Amino acid sequence: MESRLGIFLLKSISVLTFFSVLSGCSLLRVDDAPYEDSEPVIKPELERRTITEADIDSEDFEAGVFVGVMSIEDFGSNVVYGGRLAYHITEDFFTEAAIGRTKADKTSFEDLSGGAEILSDSQRELTYYNISLGYNILPGEAFIGKGHAYNSALYVIAGIGNTDFADDNHFTVNVGAGYRFLLTDWIALRADFRDHIFDSDLLGKDKTTHNLEATAGISFFF
Amino acid sequence: MYLFLVAFILLQCLAPGAFSAEQYYKVMVDEAYLELHTGPGRGYPVFYVVDRGMEIEVIKRRTDWFMVRTEKGKEGWAKRADMELTLTPAGEKTLFAEAGFGDFSRRRWEAGVMAGDFEGADVMTVYAAYAMTPNFSAELSVSQVFGDFSDAYIGSINLISQPFPEWRLSPYFSVGGGVIYTDPKVTLVDENDRTEQIGSVGIGARWYLTRRFILRAEYKNHVIFQDKDDNQEIDEWKAGLAFFF
Repeated sequence: MESRLGIFLLKSISVLTFFSVLSGCSLLRVDDAPYEDSEPVIKPELERRTITEADIDSEDFEAGVFVGVMSIEDFGSNVVYGGRLAYHITEDFFTEAAIGRTKADKTSFEDLSGGAEILSDSQRELTYYNISLGYNILPGEAFIGKGHAYNSALYVIAGIGNTDFADDNHFTVNVGAGYRFLLTDWIALRADFRDHIFDSDLLGKDKTTHNLEATAGISFFF
Repeated sequence: MYLFLVAFILLQCLAPGAFSAEQYYKVMVDEAYLELHTGPGRGYPVFYVVDRGMEIEVIKRRTDWFMVRTEKGKEGWAKRADMELTLTPAGEKTLFAEAGFGDFSRRRWEAGVMAGDFEGADVMTVYAAYAMTPNFSAELSVSQVFGDFSDAYIGSINLISQPFPEWRLSPYFSVGGGVIYTDPKVTLVDENDRTEQIGSVGIGARWYLTRRFILRAEYKNHVIFQDKDDNQEIDEWKAGLAFFF
């Protein structure tokens, strides 16, 4: 009898010790799932995390840089560079803010006359910014060779903004068109043609100037 | 045992972060089929159809299009209307936020561009507004004025009251204040740059176009509190396009 009681006591003690050791270990653990479930612990962890519609990543913004040629009426053509940020409102419409910079060359008069300069060096800097609304047209796939198809679309675009040229700000309307070629679903190559129209009295009388710009760029959706 | 414990703890720490990158919202096709387009637009061709009962992962969204991946690994774009015919993992109809007229009267954020006339000069305004209630919104706006003799920049905060938010053509009233920075054209006028306070009252209307678009037009009467003796009053008319989100 006594030995049975002794064995029972021993068993109880060993079981208690076992559990206390376990509970001691559990202090080290991140959560309080039973230790015995250690094998499949990753799986329940995954399933517990509920993913809702709000977790779907939206990629409606597009940011990019461009470089090209811009012709300033009467002042020749020069390299233009800049950046833009677009927000795609629907599959058809997008709004875009852009900023660009170029430099004016000499007018024919300045070249022919030899010395006379109409503008100083710093006045020849032209910086524009604008906000425009674009509309995607002719969407489709463009094929390169036999095995590669890429999404592409033309767009028409128009907007308003400011052109800072020859120490003067000019209210500017821009109209144009462009081509967006998607390398992947989030990287796009773009070609853009734009006419920046503003009034200028730089050469003596008021006139509306057309300043044409052709650029190529790359942009990223995020 | 020790090594096992360390490995186990490490696993515990890493598991949620390490695997969450591969997790996407899942839905099940409940119509006869779901069409996948090559791009996010109705003009891009359909290149694949997913059968009823198949589970798809929703990778991302662009405007009203969703990029999904099938169990077989095909990736393509499905339109919102089609995605709403799918079932969620809980077996309910999937619903995605759509912008419509109802959202117009309940909109929170609005941003837009307006152009017009500022006492004879051209003006261009960019603004963002937040609706605190359907009737009241706060608006932050920046304007650039292109005058013959001077250019100006105006930064202002406006409080806008819209008494009938549920109307499609909805009038509003505004009061606001801010600063105007005037930069005279030095070659023409011998004056210094100046910064003055400006206050305004206005009346205008928003017209809900479609989806997320609003047309907006307004008249404002500004008072510039000048350092000189008299305050200057200015009439401003402008119209523009805005969208809400």
